[in-house]
Amino acid sequence: MNEKTLNTMLEKLKQEFDISDIVEHKPRLTTFTVSKQHAETLIRELRDREAYTHLNFMTCIDYIEDGIFSLVYMLHNYGKKHSLGVHVNISRNGEEVFSIHTLWAQAWTYQRELREMYGIRFTDSPRLDEDFCLEGWDQIPPMRREFDTKKFSHERFGHREGRSSEVPREHMKVQLYPNRGGDEE
Amino acid sequence: MTSLNRHTLTGHSAALDFSQPEPVDLSSGKYVKLWQGPQHPGITGNMSLELTLEGDTIIGCKTHVGYLHRGFEKLMERRTFIQNFTVVCRIAVPEPTFNEYLYSHAVEELSGIEIPDRAVWLRTLNLELMRLASFLMWIGGQSGAFGMYTVPNWTLSHRDFVLDLFEEMTGARIYHMYIVPGGVRAGLPEGFEKRARDVMDSTEKMLGQVERVMFNNAVTKARSRGLGIIDPEMIDPYGIVGPNARACGVARDLRKDEPYLAYDQLDFDIITGHDCDAYGRAWQRLQETRQSIDLIRQCLDRMPVDGPFQADMPNVLHWKVPAGETYVKAECTRGEYGYYMVTDGSEYVRRVHVRGPSYTHAIAVMERLAVGCNIADIAGLMVSLHTYPPEIER
Amino acid sequence: MFKKSLNTEDTLENAGLTVEEQQLFSNARPQAYEPYPIKAVEDFANWARANSLWILAFGTGCGAIEMRPLMTARFDANRFGVAGRPTPRQSSVFVIGGYASVKTLKRIVRSYEQMQGPKFVIALGICPVNGGMYFDSYNTVNRFDQYLPVDLYITGCMPRPEVLVAGIMELQKMIKAGKCNGANRYVDNFDWYKANQKKVIKNWDMPDYNW
Repeated sequence: MNEKTLNTMLEKLKQEFDISDIVEHKPRLTTFTVSKQHAETLIRELRDREAYTHLNFMTCIDYIEDGIFSLVYMLHNYGKKHSLGVHVNISRNGEEVFSIHTLWAQAWTYQRELREMYGIRFTDSPRLDEDFCLEGWDQIPPMRREFDTKKFSHERFGHREGRSSEVPREHMKVQLYPNRGGDEE
Repeated sequence: MTSLNRHTLTGHSAALDFSQPEPVDLSSGKYVKLWQGPQHPGITGNMSLELTLEGDTIIGCKTHVGYLHRGFEKLMERRTFIQNFTVVCRIAVPEPTFNEYLYSHAVEELSGIEIPDRAVWLRTLNLELMRLASFLMWIGGQSGAFGMYTVPNWTLSHRDFVLDLFEEMTGARIYHMYIVPGGVRAGLPEGFEKRARDVMDSTEKMLGQVERVMFNNAVTKARSRGLGIIDPEMIDPYGIVGPNARACGVARDLRKDEPYLAYDQLDFDIITGHDCDAYGRAWQRLQETRQSIDLIRQCLDRMPVDGPFQADMPNVLHWKVPAGETYVKAECTRGEYGYYMVTDGSEYVRRVHVRGPSYTHAIAVMERLAVGCNIADIAGLMVSLHTYPPEIER
Repeated sequence: MFKKSLNTEDTLENAGLTVEEQQLFSNARPQAYEPYPIKAVEDFANWARANSLWILAFGTGCGAIEMRPLMTARFDANRFGVAGRPTPRQSSVFVIGGYASVKTLKRIVRSYEQMQGPKFVIALGICPVNGGMYFDSYNTVNRFDQYLPVDLYITGCMPRPEVLVAGIMELQKMIKAGKCNGANRYVDNFDWYKANQKKVIKNWDMPDYNW
């Protein structure tokens, strides 16, 4: 996709939908952030007017330090061979989000996964509360940053003696510089 | 789409209707609920189908996945960048190298590492060999699903010869851990090229026999023609990629459209089909297997024989990747395989999302295509979509 | 072996089932296998068992990928009397293909209990031993032998078909010597195994023992 058409499109989106944080990561990938109330219309517009017809994936990043989840919708335009990453920031405290299951057939699966892994609820998304990967899960959603998977694994599944795991850097320091008590300098 | 006239497209007229089927009244005695899998030989990998039957016709299908969920995306967040590369290949068993390549590529892109020319070619060769091995296993699976067990014996034996090549090249049969950030782990051993060409010759010969035995077989034709027709209108709304889309005549191939590695220097065309049914997809994959053999030969011809295969790397124990975000993708056997990576400048990755083509093929597409299908054909249909559960649940 | 115990103290609770379902399932405890009183007969039976190992076709993890070369022309496990069976009722060997996620473990337990005795368990790969790659995963068990008795481990990631062949021959030796008593261990320590299983499988909606 040439730069001019991309800039024209982004300029237009900026005026219509108030997008921010536009970053061009490489010639074929641009990402930006849009507010939650504009996002659904924007994604629909991108699909129907700008020919971003392919949903590569939909996922979520947990920024626990800022208290937000960043939903990522990766859309692809086959004609222009260009991908757009749409970030939508929502609060981590059970905020309900619009659903895109009417736009792509596989979207409800992603939403079901995100409900299970992060606890995000999507309005009217079908089969949202069915188990996806986990069964009988009784902890906080596992992909949230505060969930400590190693601690949980040790408590729930036990541990066989003789196995230990090290932080490589600390371990190598001790191995390489034993006389200095693991001091590198 | 001339060939479509032979088939009826009943049930697929409204490609954009994604609504879930209405639940049926099981107590009426007219319908039967049947679970196929996870303990079932007619299932690809470890997943299950919850089928609702009326007679022996399927009127509803729900897929259940998650039996292989290991939480890779979580595990990768608590491992350093160099620790991760031993983990990523375990995400998909039949095609580990695509994971290795994409992970390495994403890390290289974010930290600005250029890999040497020889590593580019070795990676291309490795990926094409993987594609060949995976296709050979798929042909065996498809033929076995239609009840013919001669072909799996041929193709899986030849796959083993390809695995022998992998063993020479990388030291391992299944999980190679060959493509590392910065290049590859080793060059080619002496005499590899000749042995590789021998395997290509014998595999090519065997594919001719497979074509005669499987594709001209009346039973295979009768069972696969008209099975699981993908309406070309479904392709974008359902996110269908790879051979499943190309068999419908859609010329999309990331190797050509957005060339990566050495694919822009290789000479090949996108193969497309015109039958959207299981037979057409099988034919498509047979042709792509042949194309893969051709690409491997081209790689062997044009590959630089010496030079470095590993770029200079920072000390991996202190390795911090600058903050950034990227999405890299490659054309694996089943279509677009992608890695989305977000880093925050620390020694650990912030978020990795693995996008496997089976995510939509095995769930949304499968649930759609299974309706109206005969119970006996469901295994054949499932294999013909080439789904692989571990990349769905990771 | 099948015996429905009624009104005795030594029955299973089947608390995970509804009242209607409890009527459908047996609540008897499993019983240990007792060898034939005459040693020569038992030896003959063991010889026969060792030479017709039928593997349950349940690819529980990535180890299933090396079962295909094993069963087809190149490594041809049929030489050893090994064949794949689609149903647990007809199989005698359960090959645990690597890691077991909690969701699969539930199905593994159910399939294993449905197998007719004498039955044997081979665990492939390093993951069933101590968790392997996934020692810190929230969804895979770390020590498989806490949930089902394992007769033979074949470690490595991924174990090669040659190792599988070696493992099968080793299992045959053990069976012939009458040393494969995993199923009896399961019966003897049934309550311990059940407690461990119920500790990780939170939605226990199946009978306590699947006859």
